Amino acid sequence: MAVLERKFRTWAGYGACSTMSPCYLPADSAYYMPGAAYFSVFAVWSALMWPSLARAQSARGGQPSSEAATRTSEIGDVLFAGAAVIFVAMVVLIVFAALGPGRIRQRLSHPAIIYFAGIAFPVVVLTVLLSYTLGVPGSMKREAASRLQVEVVGEIWWWRVRYLDASGSLWFETANEIRIPAGVPVDMVLKSDNVIHSFWAAELGGKLDMIPGHVNRMTVQVEEPGVFQGVCAEYCGAQQAKMRFSVHALAPAAFDAWAAGQRQPARETGPALQPGAERFVQACAACHTVRGTAAAGTSGPDLTHVGSRSSLAAGTLPNNVGALAGWIAASQRIKPGNPMPSFDRWSGEELRAVATYLQSLK
Amino acid sequence: MTTPVPVSTPSQSLPNPLPRPPGELELLEQVWRRPRGIRSLTVVNNNHIGVLYIGTALLFFVLAGVLALLMRAQLAVPESGLISHELYNQLFTMHGTVMMFLFAVPAVEAVAVLLLPNMLGARDLPFPRLSAYAYWAYAVGGVVFFCSLFAGLAPDGGWFMYPPLTSTQYSPAVNADLWLLGIGFIEISAIAGAVELAVGILRTRAPGMSLEKMPIFAWVMLVFSGMVIVAFPAVIVATALLELERAFDMPFFIAERGGDPLLWQHLFWFFGHPEVYIIFLPAAGMVSMIIPAMTGTPLVGYRLVVLAIIGTAFLSFGLWVHHMYATGIPPLSLSFASAASMAVSIPTAIQVFAWIATIAAAVRLRPVKTPMLFILGFFFIFILGGLTGVMVAVIPFDMQVHDTYFIVAHLHYVLFGGMVFPLFAAFYYWMPFVSTRALSERLGRWAFWLMFVGFNVAFFPMHLTGLAGMPRRVYTYAESQGWGALNMVSTVGAYLIGAGVLVFLWDLARNFRPSSEHNAGNVWNAGTLEWLPSANYGLRSIPVVTTRDPLWDQPGIDDDVAAGRYFLPNAPAGLRSTLVTNALDARPEYVLPLPGPGWSPFVAALGTAGFFLLLTFKLTLPAGVCGVLAIAAIWRWLWDSDSAPDIPPVSIGAGIRLPMGCSGRASHAWWAMMMLIIVCLSIFGALIFAYLFLWVTSPEVWPSAAALVPLAWPGLSAVLLVGACAVAIHAARKLSQGGVGALKGYLPFGMVLLIAASALDLYAYWQQGLRPQESAYAAVVFALIGLQATFTVLTCLMGIFTVARVLAGRLSAARRACVDSTLIIWHYTVAQGLISLGIIHGFPRLAAG
Repeated sequence: MAVLERKFRTWAGYGACSTMSPCYLPADSAYYMPGAAYFSVFAVWSALMWPSLARAQSARGGQPSSEAATRTSEIGDVLFAGAAVIFVAMVVLIVFAALGPGRIRQRLSHPAIIYFAGIAFPVVVLTVLLSYTLGVPGSMKREAASRLQVEVVGEIWWWRVRYLDASGSLWFETANEIRIPAGVPVDMVLKSDNVIHSFWAAELGGKLDMIPGHVNRMTVQVEEPGVFQGVCAEYCGAQQAKMRFSVHALAPAAFDAWAAGQRQPARETGPALQPGAERFVQACAACHTVRGTAAAGTSGPDLTHVGSRSSLAAGTLPNNVGALAGWIAASQRIKPGNPMPSFDRWSGEELRAVATYLQSLK
Repeated sequence: MTTPVPVSTPSQSLPNPLPRPPGELELLEQVWRRPRGIRSLTVVNNNHIGVLYIGTALLFFVLAGVLALLMRAQLAVPESGLISHELYNQLFTMHGTVMMFLFAVPAVEAVAVLLLPNMLGARDLPFPRLSAYAYWAYAVGGVVFFCSLFAGLAPDGGWFMYPPLTSTQYSPAVNADLWLLGIGFIEISAIAGAVELAVGILRTRAPGMSLEKMPIFAWVMLVFSGMVIVAFPAVIVATALLELERAFDMPFFIAERGGDPLLWQHLFWFFGHPEVYIIFLPAAGMVSMIIPAMTGTPLVGYRLVVLAIIGTAFLSFGLWVHHMYATGIPPLSLSFASAASMAVSIPTAIQVFAWIATIAAAVRLRPVKTPMLFILGFFFIFILGGLTGVMVAVIPFDMQVHDTYFIVAHLHYVLFGGMVFPLFAAFYYWMPFVSTRALSERLGRWAFWLMFVGFNVAFFPMHLTGLAGMPRRVYTYAESQGWGALNMVSTVGAYLIGAGVLVFLWDLARNFRPSSEHNAGNVWNAGTLEWLPSANYGLRSIPVVTTRDPLWDQPGIDDDVAAGRYFLPNAPAGLRSTLVTNALDARPEYVLPLPGPGWSPFVAALGTAGFFLLLTFKLTLPAGVCGVLAIAAIWRWLWDSDSAPDIPPVSIGAGIRLPMGCSGRASHAWWAMMMLIIVCLSIFGALIFAYLFLWVTSPEVWPSAAALVPLAWPGLSAVLLVGACAVAIHAARKLSQGGVGALKGYLPFGMVLLIAASALDLYAYWQQGLRPQESAYAAVVFALIGLQATFTVLTCLMGIFTVARVLAGRLSAARRACVDSTLIIWHYTVAQGLISLGIIHGFPRLAAG
């Protein structure tokens, strides 16, 4: 009958396709293979994991440098340790369930294990974890009675940085580089009027988005002077990859000196730099501001003291005459799609003149 | 109809005696025959649609995987010039979009379409043409969408498409519209599939298969359907709003005019988080089927697993905010989201330990076969992913790792480990069900190890890359940032995964020989019904089920089923059919006639795909033609439903006579309509959420009481709506009394009332001078009015169809499924209209006063 034929075909298929037959693998190697495989894979990964973790620490470029970041780092260590322990326990459990001696397997096959390990254990662990971790977020967003307010506005692939005075009005504006006094809390006021960006300097703490129509505030307190790198951590279009910033924490006296310098308009240009200065005002004033000259455009970064910044084009280029000239001439090739056109028709002298002039604006 | 179902033990007490009448089997085979040649496009049988569906999903997996390999090639070294930023941004957007929308959800739906009827003892799904339509719409739409890459028109805003980046100002080109319209209608296809699966699971199970005896995969797909029905409408509303903003400048997400980019995020993630559980739970269901079969012992803790599945589904709807931790939401919301995100791991832990207990109870485990190998790989990878998931539920930790490669690592560990590995296990496990040959053990091992090792080499370092500060979605990075070595390792791993998939594809090419008639059979000695001997018609007879693993506990069931001793061993009235049973305890209720192959689902799908895709390119006339074609094809297809001439009740065996078809609340069509109403409610709810959310964030653009439309307008609209409702109730009553002709008058009159109400709504605001572009308030008011207008049009189309059937004599007091369905939508439209009026006209007065 058709059904018997089907049964025969099944048996035949099982035996003829020899890899399917239960006799394919010798019993002992099959016995240990999955367990050995599991352990060996895990051992290899453990061996690779720890040194890589150490490398990641150094690759981060530094240690957590604010209280919030330090606490987060501690929490991170607890989470990693806990996760590693639970993971190892799970692997061991599965290996025993599959290959262990009969007594242990019988214990593990009892539904009670679901209640204990699947409900009770996670409830306890997660409750403890939740209470331990819930204390932290407020400290990152609490509006401290801080001395300094720095408004950072996400632009299309650069950062507008506006320092506010005590009454909340503009003290001075700069771009892409934020200098703060060390040892005191500083309020970052995060905004955007175009697309969503995200402000993130990992060593200083978590990130916070800059959303059109919203104002987000973040308090940062760096203990010791240092330089910290930041990135834009929300996909904001073509050149998110090249939208970086740096935070420089200075000793309070140094910060005051720097801020006083930033408040000043651009320094006087000597006769050697006049042609460059004039060319600049002619070609660039529509978008850029250099206080103390006729250039007062606001759609691009403020260049009043551009010569003293640590990088150009939001962390894309080093800050020197050559790089600056190259940026002016070919910004579309360095950061394609960015709002500044390439001034590729300019001669070498024009480029050099303008770049040298801008470099002089310390 | 309430005759108790006999329990089968000795063969004399089985429903149908042997020998079966001559010609019975031949008629069954003939009625279920598969069309050949070009007519293959007309298949509706779940066996064939299911294989096509899985194949197409696998195709998208491979295509999106290739995109990932290109991305990894670009990121292997710092400052690489291999791929431009434009192409890279399209690649990562398409990788995410294709994987999530065109692979993950369709793949699990496809496995269900293929397996569930057989697993439940049914011959086919309850709406075969609907699943065919859903498949072709998905296949055609998906392929065209993918091909946009070759034209440089692929969307590049990320798979999550956040405005304002994707608003017209920052994404002026048509790429974003392609995503919005393309994905929007593919979601509709997924919802159609979900409704059908839910009705099939609830109403077409084998007699005796109470809910408690259903295979876990059936439970999981039932919960999946519920989640899809509630969650997908949120993304449909979000995509509709963004498309309205782009096409008509209605500022839902533009801050200057009162909109809010966060509205998109809430709507998207309300869909997006349940989406990942929608993807994971069916895979977990597959694991729950495969482990018992490979270990030879029933699942330990069945009831706990069912509870865990339901618990996961409910909890998953409360977690969406954890994708928005960095947006500046209040601390209380953060804490709640953190707690809920941790809590959702508990039901998952329940399932994991149930599986471990089942493995511990194994009767046979060694040698470990390929399906079990993939399951073990799933455990390793998914558990690790779940643990990093608990880590990122912790707020301060997430504030650091959000939007970095740590999250990329986490999501791939849970999705690839939690869905792709079980899926490959399922391929190896269920291949003997669809193919004359099983896949190769040797090649399977190679595929597994390459994929497993490759996956860990690719994605484990990403945890470290993320901790080292690398953000997501960047097309390159500087040498000085120090991420080069880790990225190179990840790239090597990615190519290993590719090699593993290639080995699998090679195995498929060598061993997959699709066949419903001569499949390889129950090579695993598993216990569930899909392993019974089957053919195009599914099972020869529909068995009575008394336990969860019938093939283990009911000896001889395969012979009895194949011989035709159980229920419905024939094709009554020469039609394809299956048995519809009670939802709770699966008592047979009626025989459902099923359609055979036809062109209308295929044509309707082409028309629908054409309509949406041409509209994207603003070719309105061709789009309109496609739309009309789709409606005409759907009309043709529905014209034949519920129109079987009055067949006398059919004997299915054991002295039970059942009607062919059913009207009223017990019918499968009514159940499907009710689920559709839940979809509609979810859409409406999402739009109301948008209204209230925008009011909370931008109360300044809400009008003062003086600027509102006088209450006379909504008052009149409400009267018209109530009138339409009354007309409909009256017409239904007339029909019950036998007066079919009354419908010819009442329905058109009622439709006029509905149209008038909707038009009045619109005119009330228009004559006041309100324009949708003015502010977010105006935009959302017009959106609500527009939604009501859409439902009015839909109701009128169904009304016209009903009247046409009355005129053609295809409707009677007994055969009234058409009217019943129309009236369900009708009453919903009235209710939605009244609530809508209340919100638009009542809420501002409440808020101001």
